[in-house]
Amino acid sequence: MPEAPAGTLYRGREGMWSWLAHRVTGFAIFFFLLVHVLDTALVRVSPEAYNAVIGTYKNPVMGLGEAGLVAAVVYHAFNGIRITLIDFWSKGTRYQRVMLWIVIGLFVVTMAGFLPRHLGNVFGGH
Amino acid sequence: MAVSIEAPRAPRTRTTRRTTGRTNYELYGWVFMRASGVLLVVLIFGHLFMNLIDGEGISAIDFGFVAGKWASPLWQVWDLLMLWLAMIHGTNGVRTIINDYAERDGTRIVLKVALYLAFTVVVVLGTLVIFTFDPCPPDAPANLLPSFCTA
Ligand code: HEM
Repeated sequence: MPEAPAGTLYRGREGMWSWLAHRVTGFAIFFFLLVHVLDTALVRVSPEAYNAVIGTYKNPVMGLGEAGLVAAVVYHAFNGIRITLIDFWSKGTRYQRVMLWIVIGLFVVTMAGFLPRHLGNVFGGH
Repeated sequence: MAVSIEAPRAPRTRTTRRTTGRTNYELYGWVFMRASGVLLVVLIFGHLFMNLIDGEGISAIDFGFVAGKWASPLWQVWDLLMLWLAMIHGTNGVRTIINDYAERDGTRIVLKVALYLAFTVVVVLGTLVIFTFDPCPPDAPANLLPSFCTA
């Protein structure tokens, strides 16, 4: 493998870690999506088949897994917008680091809104 | 595929210039990742809001919930668009990851064939389900169906 050239946005520090997290989350979401389409396709088999499989998802372990997936999607989405701004906005590269902190801020706010609601539904036993 | 990096400003010669694969498809893919990403933010956040936050969230999801949503053309089109865009975006993203890490030609080919197979199966299946779905299957118990089936 040839060495990567030095001094790019993607080598070291925030740029590299945000890229790595973007890659890992995108990869994970893709495999979840494959499973998610397959389980939803069970509505075409019968109401009983769909409810049975979805029922096995309704436990705290899966509930926490869902929270993790939502976290992955929220990060990937906000950081994806950041990548797009870096590429198309003339000042994008100059503000890439600031924008990462904005992404993290928006991530925290979104998850703070989502988690209590979701975990309430998962553990609240409606 | 051996990659050699030329010295900066080395004059271009016939032997170093690539003669195959000179298309713009990688550029179109690059643009698509960004365009689809912007749309997916709206589609996925709307999806997550409707299914996990609105009403009783995840604990309310069952056949009746899905059937109720797909009775409306809005959610059919929403989910269809989300399925296609997310699958093309995700498949193209994973293709990039395979290209980055799988160095042997054979490994790359096997992984990509599996990837494109998964893409085809999931997109075709998902599309068929959205279009051939019956919210009120005739022989199903009424208590599992959305309320409008008995009306
Ligand atoms: C929620 C909205 C989304 C946005 C804004 C978004 C945005 C982006 C952007 C801008 C890229 C970078 C492409 C590049 O560097 O050329 C990317 C890569 C990627 N995305 Fe998304 N995406 C979203 C949703 C998804 C979904 C739902 C999946 C999975 C099905 C996914 C999987 C991937 C993968 C696997 C990559 C490749 C990562 C890499 O090359 O390191 N993304 N995304």
